[in-house]
Amino acid sequence: MRLVIASTSTPLQLARASRSRSAVEITQTYLRGLKSVEGRLGSFLAVDEEGALAQAAAIDARIAAGEDVGPLAGVPIGIKDNLCTQGLATTAGSKQLDGYVPPYDATAVARLRAAGAVLLGKTNMDEFGMGSSCENSGFQPTHNPWDPERVPGGSSGGSASAVAANQVVAALGSDTGGSIRQPASFCGVVGVKPTFGRVSRNGLVAYASSLDCVGPMAQSVADAAALLSVIAGPDTADSTCSQRAAEDFTTGLLPAEQLGSTPLAGRRLAVIRETTGEGVDAGVSAALSSAIQHLKSLGAEVEEVSLPSFAVGLPAYYVIALSEASSNLSRYDGVRYGHRAEADELWEMYGKTRHAGLGSEVARRILMGTYALSAGYYDAYYKRAQQVRTLIQREVGAALQQYDALLCPAAPTPAYKLGEKTSDPLAMYKGDLMTVNLNLAGLPAVCLPCGFAEQPGGAKLPVGVQMIGRAFGEAELLQLAHVFEQTAGVMAEARPVVHAATQ
Amino acid sequence: MAVCGSMRALARAGVQGPCQRLWAVSQQLRLFGVCRRAGSSSGLAAAGAAPPGRAGLACAASAAATDAAPSSSKQKVEYEAVIGIETHVQLNTATKAFCGCASEFGAEPNSNVCPICLGHPGTLPALNAEMVRKAVLAGLALNARVALESKFDRKQYFYPDLPKGYQISQYDVPLCEGGWVEVVVPDSSTATGGSPRRIGVTRAHLEEDAGKLVHGGAASLSGSDYSLADYNRGGVPLLEIVSEPDMRSGAEAAAYGAELRRIMRFLGVSDGNMAEGSMRCDVNISVRPAGRAAFGTKVEIKNMNSFNAMQRAIEFEVARQVELLEAGREGEIVQETRLWDEGRQCTYSMRRKEGLADYRYFPEPDLPPLVLSQAYVDELQASMPELPAAVRQRYASLGLSQYDAVVLSDEPAVARYFDALLAAGAPAKPAANWVQGDVMAHCKEAKLAWEALLGVMAPAALAEMIQLIEDGTISGKIGKEVLPALLAGEGGAGGGSVRALVEARGLVQISDPAALGAIVDSVLAANPKQLEQYRGGKTKLQGFFVGAVMKESKGRANPAELNRILMERLNAPQ
Repeated sequence: MRLVIASTSTPLQLARASRSRSAVEITQTYLRGLKSVEGRLGSFLAVDEEGALAQAAAIDARIAAGEDVGPLAGVPIGIKDNLCTQGLATTAGSKQLDGYVPPYDATAVARLRAAGAVLLGKTNMDEFGMGSSCENSGFQPTHNPWDPERVPGGSSGGSASAVAANQVVAALGSDTGGSIRQPASFCGVVGVKPTFGRVSRNGLVAYASSLDCVGPMAQSVADAAALLSVIAGPDTADSTCSQRAAEDFTTGLLPAEQLGSTPLAGRRLAVIRETTGEGVDAGVSAALSSAIQHLKSLGAEVEEVSLPSFAVGLPAYYVIALSEASSNLSRYDGVRYGHRAEADELWEMYGKTRHAGLGSEVARRILMGTYALSAGYYDAYYKRAQQVRTLIQREVGAALQQYDALLCPAAPTPAYKLGEKTSDPLAMYKGDLMTVNLNLAGLPAVCLPCGFAEQPGGAKLPVGVQMIGRAFGEAELLQLAHVFEQTAGVMAEARPVVHAATQ
Repeated sequence: MAVCGSMRALARAGVQGPCQRLWAVSQQLRLFGVCRRAGSSSGLAAAGAAPPGRAGLACAASAAATDAAPSSSKQKVEYEAVIGIETHVQLNTATKAFCGCASEFGAEPNSNVCPICLGHPGTLPALNAEMVRKAVLAGLALNARVALESKFDRKQYFYPDLPKGYQISQYDVPLCEGGWVEVVVPDSSTATGGSPRRIGVTRAHLEEDAGKLVHGGAASLSGSDYSLADYNRGGVPLLEIVSEPDMRSGAEAAAYGAELRRIMRFLGVSDGNMAEGSMRCDVNISVRPAGRAAFGTKVEIKNMNSFNAMQRAIEFEVARQVELLEAGREGEIVQETRLWDEGRQCTYSMRRKEGLADYRYFPEPDLPPLVLSQAYVDELQASMPELPAAVRQRYASLGLSQYDAVVLSDEPAVARYFDALLAAGAPAKPAANWVQGDVMAHCKEAKLAWEALLGVMAPAALAEMIQLIEDGTISGKIGKEVLPALLAGEGGAGGGSVRALVEARGLVQISDPAALGAIVDSVLAANPKQLEQYRGGKTKLQGFFVGAVMKESKGRANPAELNRILMERLNAPQ
């Protein structure tokens, strides 16, 4: 059996393989490390020490008994708090679900558990995934390990910061409009938004059902691929999940020394013109340019492609996402579970419950979505947005006939400071420009570090490049990302300011 | 006896017998326009006579109608009612529409629930294939077009019985469109007792049921202190069947409802139990002057738990609206939902519909479009069981009256039993009489389901007994005496077992003239005084002698032969 744990954390892998450290010891070490930096980061909404240690002990017992343990045996992971974990509180970052303990595991979580991964805790997020900075969490902000004054991005900000700071080896996130890729970019980790339907949404607290994707966040492409291999695949519980059998996405990932001098020879790549130039931070542009140069040096052809529909994707995305959200969040009515306000009459109870339980950004989005679906507006908004969506699907699909993968930044800027954009929701929405179109198109995209943006004052902030592939082309896409990662050495010397020791 | 049994069956199915008073009233309505003041007094008086207090609130509208000034001086306008029905049929699948919970009725509250049908965070629907199969069967039986591609939508509103805050339904692309139902509307003016009529079906679509609220602390919602939610029903598969506004009377509406129920039961896709709510009808009624094309203001009535109640509710509501129109108070007919109060036999306003409710329908993103292959639909079409209309036609072709045909085809189990009798060789008419008469009465008294009857009295046994009567082996009277033995399972499998039974019990009819003559002689000899009186002119005593001979023969005397021989002896010259 093959343990594919973080190529960046080979010691761990070796330790596991040589049995010099038990799963319990590894878990204890990581829990210690996690807690040592948690005060500065706030990555977690819940840390499940007891559960993690019990899980680890069970794995050790299986190893001792000579039983087969899964491919992720003993790997400490974090789970975004919008993925249901049986017996472990799941709030989706919302006061409305404070104390809610799901009676079941999300499919992705169940598969990780079955593969032997050890769940250390639930990571912070913008409430119900609605936000790009983790500042919309109903409980706490999360800080960027590269500069704790800055946001980790969102909505999977807790997972991103936890992985970047090595509080966990890897984590699950979810991506509705960029919620895996943008925080991956901000925190300098690898994030994979799979093809819609590649990973079951069962147990993912729904934000926008036709856009939501569960995906891995990790310290390396290989680790992300290992997680994706475990969580992907058909699931009868999710009717929108693809019937395609799960693949082992790690098989094509060759070690750096086995790659030739031009491993990307013959690969045709294109940068999306609409995502460069005006409105993009200089540091981000520079990092992207050097990434393009590097790809070319590996033998790839890199051209530029224009996708005019990209510009209209953002409003279409918001109409669709918020319409679906307004419906998906109706169930939080205080009747069956979660927060309930005291009131004498039913409608008063509904009003008070939702007013107190749901944050202002969530309320704003429910109102906008409700408006878009209302009689008389449906055609102008929801239906129109779906037409735009079809346009985008066609246009990106056509470009991917011509090119093996498309490139663009994952965000127009590096991580910004806490509070910098909270008063300007539109500015925050605009940050999603680079990512939302791929959710509309349902295509897979990987975000991985491609450089750093130097900030006045000397801080170095990671910048990610987004590689976009064909539907269900994750294997090819991950190979491309892996080659880039292994040869560019972006993270070779770099380490975030806040980093947990696990040796 | 036989007739009474059938009448009960008809009433149960909501098809009024030809002599029912209510039917006559609505017939009047339809044919002559409404002079409802006399005709309606029963309905409105009932409302007016309701106990004070509650009646004041609930029946305000009808009281207003009753108080309306007579307008007899004006020229009489004829009115017609326009009626459309939305029927929710629970499909009797083992599990719910979108999760694996049992779909049964009457379980312990909240025992058939799971995270999915409780709308827990992160849960997703998975379509029940059996629900689709049953709905397609129903659609085909309703002569509707079955869409090879339909889709699900969310109908959104807040209510505690709706766990997700939306109901998964089908909005603009339903599974079935454009069908019709042939119904038999009872008609006292024809000898056959009714004529077939087509009612259009606009559409039929799939959706999920909501849970059930039980209000505590008061008899009705308005005064209750608390409400309890039971989600067992939440997510139970429904087929909503929407009719065209093709009906013009309560009787037609009841006949349509009864036929829908029959179709669903013959298909085996629903038990159609109105009392348990597995079939619920919402009736839309408006009234307009006859001949006008535009519809009047539509009122919706709910809460009728039988077709009989539906008919009465419609008749009440039509009368109420006509009275308001006649009184020039049409402004008081408003778009609203009214509930039928069975106790007081009136409708009362539940809520006004202020404009169209906005359910913010949009395509259900958690379910892909429902795509069926033509082969799948064809296969179901080919597997379609015989439907009640065809059964009726077949029975009529056997020489049975329309009335008999309707009664026998009302319940699939009855039709199946009757068919088994025919298959076992029983002639149609006597078989029909036995089924509608003694057997039906027995099943009702013993609360025995017809399915269960099959296990007790083999149809072949009853068929053999009928044959024994037909060929004179036993009399019909003896047959009635033998039946309890058959119903007790003593008749065996037929094909000779019933003959053996009647022989063993000495019940075979005595038709031999010599044997009958001997009995007659002994009776005459034993009653010389009566014989003398008879011969003295008191011929009424004939009955006495028949009875005595029957008694002497232990009921086995062939009545016709007995009569002949007795008369011969009595009137023999001295």
